[in-house]
Parts: sequence; C-alpha cells; structure tokens
Amino acid sequence: MTELFLIAHIAGRGVAIPTADIDSVVDIGETVAVPRAEAALRGLTALRSRVITVIDTGVALGVGAMPDDATRAVITRVDGHFYAILVDSLEDVATFDRQPLSAGLALDGGWQRVGTGIIERDGEPLLVLDLAALVPALPVAA
Amino acid sequence: MDDLLQEFVAETRETLEALSGEIVAWEADPADRPRLDAIFRFVHTVKGSCGFLDLPRLARLSHAAEDVLAAVRSGNRTPNTALVNGVLAIVDRIGEIVEAIDAGASLDDTTEDLLIAALAEDAVPAAAPGPQVSVSQQRAASRTIRLNVDLLDRMMSGMSDMVLARNELARRLRDSSIDPRTEASLERLSITVAEMRDTVTRTRMQKIEALFSPIPRMVRDTAAEVGKTVTLAIEGSDVELDREMLELLRDPLVHIIRNAIDHGIESADARRAAGKREAGRLTLSARQSGNQILIEIADDGRGIDVDRVAAKAVQAGLRSEREIASMTLAAKTDLIFEPGLSSRDVATNISGRGVGMDVVRSNIEQLGGRIQLVNTPGQGLGITIHVPLTLSIISTIIVGVGGQQFALPRQTVEEIVTVRGDAVRIDTIGDATIATVRGKRLPLVMLGHVLGLETRVAGTLAIVSTREGVFALGVDAVLDTEELVVKPAAPPVMATGLYAGQTLPDSGRPMLLLDGTGVAAAASLSFSRKVAATEQEGTVMVVPPTPALLFDDLDGRRRAIPLAMVDRVETVSTDLIRMSGGRMRLAIGGTLVPLHLAADLPQRRDIAVLRLTDGDAEIGYAIAEALDIVALPREIAPADGDGAIAGVAIIDDEPVELIDAFALFGDEVMPRIGAPLCLLQADGQGWMDSFLRPALEAAGYRCVTSIQPDQQPAIALAMDDDPVDAPVPVVRLRRQRAAQGANDTSVYRYDRAALMAAVAGTLAGRAAL
Repeated sequence: MTELFLIAHIAGRGVAIPTADIDSVVDIGETVAVPRAEAALRGLTALRSRVITVIDTGVALGVGAMPDDATRAVITRVDGHFYAILVDSLEDVATFDRQPLSAGLALDGGWQRVGTGIIERDGEPLLVLDLAALVPALPVAA
Repeated sequence: MDDLLQEFVAETRETLEALSGEIVAWEADPADRPRLDAIFRFVHTVKGSCGFLDLPRLARLSHAAEDVLAAVRSGNRTPNTALVNGVLAIVDRIGEIVEAIDAGASLDDTTEDLLIAALAEDAVPAAAPGPQVSVSQQRAASRTIRLNVDLLDRMMSGMSDMVLARNELARRLRDSSIDPRTEASLERLSITVAEMRDTVTRTRMQKIEALFSPIPRMVRDTAAEVGKTVTLAIEGSDVELDREMLELLRDPLVHIIRNAIDHGIESADARRAAGKREAGRLTLSARQSGNQILIEIADDGRGIDVDRVAAKAVQAGLRSEREIASMTLAAKTDLIFEPGLSSRDVATNISGRGVGMDVVRSNIEQLGGRIQLVNTPGQGLGITIHVPLTLSIISTIIVGVGGQQFALPRQTVEEIVTVRGDAVRIDTIGDATIATVRGKRLPLVMLGHVLGLETRVAGTLAIVSTREGVFALGVDAVLDTEELVVKPAAPPVMATGLYAGQTLPDSGRPMLLLDGTGVAAAASLSFSRKVAATEQEGTVMVVPPTPALLFDDLDGRRRAIPLAMVDRVETVSTDLIRMSGGRMRLAIGGTLVPLHLAADLPQRRDIAVLRLTDGDAEIGYAIAEALDIVALPREIAPADGDGAIAGVAIIDDEPVELIDAFALFGDEVMPRIGAPLCLLQADGQGWMDSFLRPALEAAGYRCVTSIQPDQQPAIALAMDDDPVDAPVPVVRLRRQRAAQGANDTSVYRYDRAALMAAVAGTLAGRAAL
C-alpha cells in the first residue's frame, strides 16, 4: 500500500509520519507551561487563535527532553484537540510502501509504543510513527 | 413567545425540507425502518413543540400521525399505501399550517378530520385530496435568519485572530515613536474591534433564561390538562450558555418536565394519601460547576418504580430475566432510557410512549453531555443534565503566581484580600496553614506550592468557594479581571484535575482556568467544621469613618455636620435673607429655602450658608466660617434635649457639637404623604437621625423618631436589641459588619443595599399579610 509520508528526525533518528495524520507543520511560538501535567507535556501555545498542546517528543519516547529552543513541530489532531509534536528537523514528503514491523524487531519502550510499521528509503528502514500514540494518557491506536 | 414561534416555524420548515427526500424514499419502501424513524421523530418533535407553543391543531395532527407510526414501529400495523398516503398528507398539512402561521394567514381546517380519519386501520382509501393551494407565496419576510454554527465558529475564530493582530500592531507601535494620528486610528480600530468582538461573542451566547422563560406557562398548561396542581421554582436563569446548546436542550427539557408532571407527580388524592402537600413541586435550576453547566429538574412525585421498569424491559424483550437479575439498581433505573420503553401503560397526549427518554438522552449525549438520575421511590425524581461549558464565556479573575498567570472563575471567588491589612492573619497550626480573615478561619492553600512553582510569600488571598467548602488561595498577585471564552483543554491537561479549561486571552498567551475544587483536592484539604468555625473574639471591625464638615457657628460654637448632607457651601448676600411666612428664609436660585440660624443674623454684607439636602428637600444653615473636613469619631456622646444638636464628639481634642440634621429637616420638611412611614428607634446617638434618615428619605420613605398619635408607622428600624415602641415589623441593625451567628437576621448598619432590601422586603411582607 503506497502512502504519503513526511520524513522527520526525532531524537536523532529518522522517522516517517503518515501525512494523513498531519494538520500542518509549523514553528511554534512561546510555550506556556502546564504545572503538574506529565513531563511529556511541554505546555500550551497559541497558533492561529487556537490553543495547542505541545508534546515534548523526546520525553514521550523516553529518550530525554528535547532542547528548550526546539520549535519545529508537526500539528496533529487527536479527538478534536490539536497537539504540536516537536521534532528535531524535517526532511521531505514522499510516497512509500508501508511494511509491517519485522518480526523479532525489539524496539525499546517508547519507540515500541509509537511504531506502527516500517518504510524503506534508499535501503534505509525508517519507523512509521503514530502521532496519536505520542500524546500522553491516551490509548495507543490499534 | 413570538421568538419561539419564529424559531419553531424556521425549524419545522427546515426539517420538512430535509425530510422531503426521506418521505419519498419511505413511500417507495414503507418497510424502510430508518426512514420511518426519521418521519416519526419529526412528527414527535412537532407534537412536543406544539404543546409547548399552544398550537392545538398541529398537536392533533402530529399526535394522530405519531400514533399510527408508533403502531407501525411496534409492528402492530403494516404500512400500506393508504397509511403512507395518510401520513404524508398530514406531513404536508403540517407544512402548510406552519407557513400559514409564519405569514399570519388563516387556513381552513375542515379537511383535517378527514386527514386524521384516513389514518384509521379500516379507512377506505380516500380520494387523493384536491390540489393543494400553494401557500408559499404567503411567506412573510423574516427579520431573522438561521445560520450554521460552523459559520459562527469561523467568525469567532476570525474575531480572535483580529484581536491578536490588533494587539500585535499596538505592541509594535508602542515600541516606535508614534504619530498621534496613527495612535488615534489605532484607538478607533481598538474600539471597533472590541465592539465587534462583543457582538460576535453574543451571537453565540444566550442566557439560559431564554430556555426557562416559557416553562412556567408550559407547566401550568400541562398540569391543568392532567388535572394536577404543580408549583414551579426556577433558579439560576442568568447562567449563560452557548446558543446552539440552548436550542438542543429545549426539547429534552420539555420532555423531562412533561414526564415529571404526567408520570412523576401524583394526583392530588394520591399525594394527600402519601402525606404530601397537594400541589406537586417542580424545581428547575441551572448552575455552573467547574467546566460544566448543570441543569437540574427535580420533582417530589412518586419517582420511578424500578421493578416495574425492569418487568417492562423483560416484557418488551429488551432484556432477559437473567440480565435484569444481575443488574444494579442504578442500571435498572437507567432502563428508562432504552428505546421503546415506558413505565406508563397508557400513552397520553402529554408525554409520549417511551420515545421521550431515549431521544432525550441521545440529544444530550450529542452535546457531549450526560444525564443523571437520582431516583427516590415515593419521594421524587431528580434529573441532572450535565453539559460542557464549551464556548461559554465566563468572567474570570487573573492571578499571577511564580511568573505564570492563571484564571479563576469569578463566581467561585468570594473575595480578594491583601495579607498586609489588619483584617488578615496567617497562622500555622500543626503542619496546616490557616488564614484568619475578619474572624473567619479558612484553610490556606498556596497556589504556587500546589502547582510546584516558585512563589513568594502570598501577597494576596483569593477566598475561593467550592461545593465542599471555602478556602483561601494564596497567590502572588491579582492582576486583572477578564471575560474569557473557555474551551476544554486537551485530555492530558485535564488529567491533572487542576484545570477547568483553557483560554486564549488578548495577550495571545494561552492561559489555564483553575478548578477550585481540583486545587483544594490537590492540596488534600478536608473541610472540617472546626477549621471553618468562626472566631468570635478578636474581630477587628473596620467601619469607614464618616467625613464631616467642621465649622464655627454664628453663636461662636464649633460644630460639625456629616458631609453627605452638605450639598455645597455658598456665600450669599444678607439682603437675600428675610423673615417671611413666620421664619427666616433665603431667596436663592428663584426659590425660597428655609434658613436655620443659630444666633441673630450678623450685621454683615454677606454670610456663608451651608446648603443641606436630604436628597429631596433643601434647607440652609447660616454659619460664621467653614473650617475643615474631618473624620467623625465613632463615639459620640449624646446631647441633652437640644433638638438641633445630636451629640458631642471629640475632634482634635476639642469637643465639637454634631448638628442633628434630622431635627433640622424634621422641622422644615413636610412629610411626603403616602410614602411608608418608618419609625427610627433613635439610639440616642443621632446616628439614625443624621445617617439613616437621609438614606431612607432618599429612597422615598418618611421617617419619624417618635410616633405622634395620628401616625401609624409601617416599619421600625432599631439598633441591635433596643426596644421598639410600636407593634410593627422591625428591621434590626447591627454595628458589626459580620453577622453574629446563623440566626442573625440583622443588617450591618452601613450596608446600604442590604438595609434598603431589608426595609423593602419587610414592607412587602407586611403588605402580603
């Protein structure tokens, strides 16, 4: 099955995000912290008069917080709420064939939760990311 | 009512348009269940609205169609061409009547019996009704339009963008040197944007009153129809709600209330037998709680007979006996929401045949709300509808803590006090911190600690009232008040339990709305009565000092008069002062004003005159010289006898006589006939005379301090426990600001609003006797 994917870098690794999940790609502005919320919740930011919840993808994946100056984000909509998923950098958009996760592939905790498949770009396998699974306290989409 | 009718017309017209396709499809295939349901819902809604709007013709037609369709739904009748035609004829007829209502035209109703008769099972297929006269040209020009809420949403979000852009522009202009003309333009833009924003906001918001106001009439009519007496109490009409939500709540509310009257409240005989008051009681209330609006409909009727509902469910094949046996009581009660179940055996015109509650629940769930039952068999049923606050505008107080800002719903904040004042003390008891605010001990929660933010020592306390209790919330500062559009925050944010929602104020920085209950829970507060007990001793009473004008009188004495009574001090020519009509009068501004002289008029060209007013009448008081404005001490020694002197106060270590303005006015001013007469049970300090009397007279009462034989006071005002000379209702005044215990009905003497309300209320109560 051929799909359109956005290739991005998160925590130093290349990942593929199905574009169908993406609302927009932006540089977010100032973030207002949400005290007492989970660490993966960096805070709230305003984007075109909407309040958007910013997810520190590094914390959500359990690979350490992203730098404070990370502003590039992929906006996604989960259950009617907008989330900004911080990424290190973005590459390009292209069509790929989604393949199932190979058997026996042992991903560590965070990655395992969000990985839904693999694509192959120039012989390099990239994990397909389920953005909704990065949102804390939400069940992983089946 | 006109608005409602308009709405009904527009809504019915709209549904009819949407339905026309369904009707054709049903005609083609009468066994098509979803189509049948759609048509059924339509006639059911029309029936409900008609009862509500008092449109008996439409009610009759829709009830007839509903009966037939219900029979089809339950499988008692099979739809044939005659039946389909009959129903369609009625739907068409409903459309015609609605158009006629809108155009204000009358429509001949002779064929309606035929239409209804055609629905009977044994009806002979009647000849197709003659060509219908088209009434569409009678459509009246409408002053209202119906808008898609999506459009309003887009308008709203565009508006917010506009505000943000304006703010950005203002910020940039502030940074550069700005041309005054540019500034003026920006100012105009700001005003326009603000007005626009108000308007746009209002397009979505409506007071729940719009939903509640037709209810009393409906209750009355419905109760009369079933021969019951029902008293209705409505609370919280000023809660604001999203317009869309309001519209969607209308039908469920009507259904629930009709059900309550028809099924819930028993007949007068049954109520008497059950030891209840003959008149049933229905309470309708709305309030905001956290991020939800709660609408509560409670009756004191028989409640739901759960076993009977369960038996019905088995009978209707909705549940098996085994399933019922394993269900909890609550689950069994909730069976009333199952489609096709009614606890009532006979369907009446009032409430339907079990379609009500399932429609009600699905309507409410459509709004993202839920519905809750509190069933007390024999005692009544309470139904609570919870709907989200989405897009509700709420008035908030913005507090700052640890460099961040949060909003607090204003209605939960009782009061804001600064810690610096005398009225507030903070103590540590064990490991708990207690704030004592004017004698009231409250648990203190430092918002900074709860949120894990760096915080200074609390500079300001917000007294937050939650359903569980009242606590003091320590914040760094109270910054502002703002009306905000609050939206639910994302689930991970809500999961903290501390927030009721998020908002985007004009600053463009998102802000969180705190949930007082959640904050209290996070601080593990327990509201024990001990903590909240009122501290009786050590109360510091702060009475605002009363300013008074200090002057030297004509007789050389130093005197003072409450400043509130002095309209102005004027120097007038002594030529204008004449003895006329038996007393000294001052001719000024074309009128004669009675003039009080403490001594003979000095031989001078001109003289200073205090022009005193009680808000209505005016008198002059000639003085030698005005000296200063001073604060009157609270302790005033009563004077002996002299009518014009209320007492003696010490001002700047010097005794000063306080003018009894009451006596002055009492001598000069004709009582206003017809106004209620208030007996001021004078406390010997002149306070009532000089302070209370002007306030009461300004409010249109007449006042006396002692009763003449021909006077009949309507009400008496007395201080604390002073005895009252007349057998009339008494309003007690107290010197302390805080009430002394729960049974204290007295009014703090400087609380003008409460005082006036008490006087008016007592007079009203007397009139009712």
